[in-house]
Amino acid sequence: MSSFHPHLVDRRLAAARFAVWALLGLLVMSFFRTQILGHGKYQLQSETNRLRPIPLPAPRGTIYDRNGRVLAENVPGYTVSLLPGPEDSLRSTLARIASIANIDSVEIERVIQRARRAPYQPALVLGDAPFAVVSALEERRVAIPGLVIQAEPKRFYPDTDVVAHLVGYVGEVTEAERATRRFASVRLGGLVGKDGLEREYDDTLRGSEGVRFVEVSARGQMVREAEAAANLNPVKGTDLHTTIDLELQKFVSQIFPPGQRGALLALNPNTGEVLALFSAPGFDPNAFVGGISAPYWRSLNENPARPLLDRAIQARYPPGSTWKLAVAAMALKRGVAGPRTHMPIPCRGGLQYGNRYFRCWDARGHGDLNLTEAIAQSCDVYFYQLGMSLGVTSLLEDGNAWGFRGRTGIDLPGEIPSEFPTGPEYYDRLYGPRRWTSAVALNLAIGQGENAQTLVQMVRLYQQLASDGRLRTPFVVRQAATTSDNASLDLSADQISWLRRAMIAVVEQGTARGSRLAALTIAGKTGTSQNSHGADHGWFIGFAPAEKPEIVVGAIVEFAEHGTRVAPLVARTIARYLGIEDTRARTIRIAIPNDSAPQPFQLPTQDTVTPPAFSVPVVPIRP
Amino acid sequence: MFSRVRQLDKALVFSVLALALYGFATLYSAGQTDVPTFAETIWQRQLLWLGLGIAVAWLTYRTSPRMLEWATPFAYVIAVLLLLLTLLVGTGAGTAAGSKSWLSIGGVRFGQPAELAKIAVILMLARWLAGLREAPSSLRDLIPPAAIAALPCFLVLKQPDLGSAIVFVAILFFMLFWAGTKPSLLLLAASPVIGLALAFSTVAWGIWIAVLAILLLWWRPYVVEGLAIMSLNVLGGVLALPLWTRLAPYQQNRLLAFLNPDVDPRAAGWHVIQSKVAVGSGGLLGKGFTEGTQKRLAFLPAQHTDFIFSIVGEELGFVGVLVALSLFGWLLFVLLRIARRATDAFSSLCVFGIAALMFTHIFENVGMTINLMPITGIPLPFFSYGGSFLLACSIGVGIALRVAWESRQSGYGESGQ
Repeated sequence: MSSFHPHLVDRRLAAARFAVWALLGLLVMSFFRTQILGHGKYQLQSETNRLRPIPLPAPRGTIYDRNGRVLAENVPGYTVSLLPGPEDSLRSTLARIASIANIDSVEIERVIQRARRAPYQPALVLGDAPFAVVSALEERRVAIPGLVIQAEPKRFYPDTDVVAHLVGYVGEVTEAERATRRFASVRLGGLVGKDGLEREYDDTLRGSEGVRFVEVSARGQMVREAEAAANLNPVKGTDLHTTIDLELQKFVSQIFPPGQRGALLALNPNTGEVLALFSAPGFDPNAFVGGISAPYWRSLNENPARPLLDRAIQARYPPGSTWKLAVAAMALKRGVAGPRTHMPIPCRGGLQYGNRYFRCWDARGHGDLNLTEAIAQSCDVYFYQLGMSLGVTSLLEDGNAWGFRGRTGIDLPGEIPSEFPTGPEYYDRLYGPRRWTSAVALNLAIGQGENAQTLVQMVRLYQQLASDGRLRTPFVVRQAATTSDNASLDLSADQISWLRRAMIAVVEQGTARGSRLAALTIAGKTGTSQNSHGADHGWFIGFAPAEKPEIVVGAIVEFAEHGTRVAPLVARTIARYLGIEDTRARTIRIAIPNDSAPQPFQLPTQDTVTPPAFSVPVVPIRP
Repeated sequence: MFSRVRQLDKALVFSVLALALYGFATLYSAGQTDVPTFAETIWQRQLLWLGLGIAVAWLTYRTSPRMLEWATPFAYVIAVLLLLLTLLVGTGAGTAAGSKSWLSIGGVRFGQPAELAKIAVILMLARWLAGLREAPSSLRDLIPPAAIAALPCFLVLKQPDLGSAIVFVAILFFMLFWAGTKPSLLLLAASPVIGLALAFSTVAWGIWIAVLAILLLWWRPYVVEGLAIMSLNVLGGVLALPLWTRLAPYQQNRLLAFLNPDVDPRAAGWHVIQSKVAVGSGGLLGKGFTEGTQKRLAFLPAQHTDFIFSIVGEELGFVGVLVALSLFGWLLFVLLRIARRATDAFSSLCVFGIAALMFTHIFENVGMTINLMPITGIPLPFFSYGGSFLLACSIGVGIALRVAWESRQSGYGESGQ
């Protein structure tokens, strides 16, 4: 064949050799680019493939009471998680361990959700696995790819519902929380405080998480622990020392009327330290550890008593007669009345004002009283007239100045602001200009009307009366550094001691006679707040020893009907704190004077204010 | 016998032995993983195949080219029959479980006829082309050799095994070139395929048609042929879409993943990405023999066959890659030299065909580990696990040794012409 002439073959050989050189050159260059130039990038990818970080949760700081007793601590627990591989294999693994680990399809979906959101970290299956489950899983480890069983510190609240509202609970961080600056550094699936002190001081308590690396196969199966060099040990969170007196807190939970809703707050009036904060009904914060079970969560949320609500700071009640001390203080401050001031009209069981008759709680009437006696008897007629003398503007001005509209700033999350009219223009908006009269002052004077206070807010008022008149923001761990640090009721020492004496009279001879303890003088004030939904709520706020108060305690019990029913609760709490035998208080049967101010009408609350133009004015006056 | 051993082409023997040793070591490493794999013990079976390969190479070495030339038609017919049989009773294996590439006897997979058919096609093409008086100079002249390659190519495509089918086409073109066919004619012959490939973009296809028109005017083939080529190209552009939709989804995905592996990183792109990660993470010196993490933890797919070269890259680094490519280069140059010095056209074409076979496999297989080529499951000579292809390579090496011996007997010295 002529085309195989050597000369022609050599030309083709050269072309063939060139082709081989060219393609080998191309390969070498490509490998150079991948292996030498791209080495760092691919090295990283290879390590990412191979290594899975497993977070080592840090033990949260312990929470102590003022005497070093534990409110919240950590106990050893186990978590079970899976290193996620491809989704379908994760699903089949979960289906396989479902019967051992006791998880249903909803929880399986939740695990898959977790794996989807954070594909490079183990997806939590059981946050608090019982030892039996752990050992059953451990036996089948070979058949469960990617199984990670880890001993982790588990939050434990030894006193469960006694401290529930105070301490709060922990839970998995949510997407919404991670979007905030505060929780931005928390990894997906990390635990954060959800309520109470756990929430408020989460940054302190949380500690910093550690990490260890394991080597995994392409199927997500853990092959071995990786070199320990890169591992990072967790650092325990800082302990929290609170002002709580755990013994007192426990005592309160024992004597709180069983099955009742309400709250009790005890402060040191001279510092603002919270000694006890109890809300009922409670819940079990331990149930939230490792993920709350759906039935329990439902029962908490569907319970009409709303156990999660902290009634000391998250519920507003009309202050009722406890408010009379505020009005008395305003009158003293403004010089409108003194201790021995009498009102023009003596109490005959009610007061005619305009075309309305405002009743006193005691239809028999109290007769002619001075201010001291009026406080002791909680006489409404006296205070109607005192409110009139003060005038709406002054009442509102002082109420606002003393912080009765807003929050106290206690270092607990979720405190709701108290409600109080900003000024007369509030009534203009509510009823229309000139369509209301100073009759609103009658209601304001006895703690009814457009006035809803939280327990902590009212206790703070009494804290000022119990101390030198200076306002001290209540606190559990650290006092809020607010501008109101130097705020006070602006009363002289005489005026304060006089008000205290009036309150002693309440207990000694007035409406709270039943709570009198032989060895102890308690100053206090009952209150009964109108409740349109059922029986009235009862208040009592008191402090002792009356001469030099060391503790101020306020309590509200829903549907208690009378403040006097609450008084023994407070009295016994005080006695306990002061170390006085309380057996006597236990046996006391209370004679019940009804001090509620009968409310002639239901006022709209602030958020339902949409007065129609032609509505009948609620407190009508025809001039 | 010993004189025969001494008369072996030393360069060819050493390059092949070096590659076989290198490949064997790599295959051993492929079985060393942290995840249980059946590849753990395949090096033992590969050892048997290597022994068998040496025997086959020796036997082929002892076969005269004239004998081979005589036996070629029978070999071709047998190869085609085996491929037909495979289509009828074939089974799949491994990553291509759905295809029919294997002949099994009593459930034991026996071999892949496609690999041996490649040698048969090389022989048959060599025999046909060597019988021509003049090199093919028109498209009509290309029809018979094209038919020789097309028949097994079509049968392999039906399995389906796109990779091997492409190898047949490559062998055809390389051998036509060695037989003296003008490159311009080869380009025209290949043009419909190029037209087909460029049809994904209307603009690219339009430019190609314009370039082709100019080339046709420039090279002035016969008018009928020119028109045929033109219409084939147009047809290619038109048929591209229906052909594309007829491809199996995995084939489509492979091609798409070649263009952009990140399109589907968990499925189609997975192989490419993980192979590239393995190679790239190897760096200059590699992670150490048997220490590649991508391989050990099963991130590297088909690490004992298609992606065995990724292990070289990962464990021995750029240096290991350079050594392997140098050995392959050496082998190819040795084969080219033998083809050049062959005493007759048949021998020369045979050896060049074998070189073309190796070249195609090497370039495609190595190229795909770093996404230079699309993924097709064709093995790497002397590295990938598998008996059939190793035997095909052994036959090829045997033929080349014989041809080298023949040319030396007829006066070509070691030092040149």
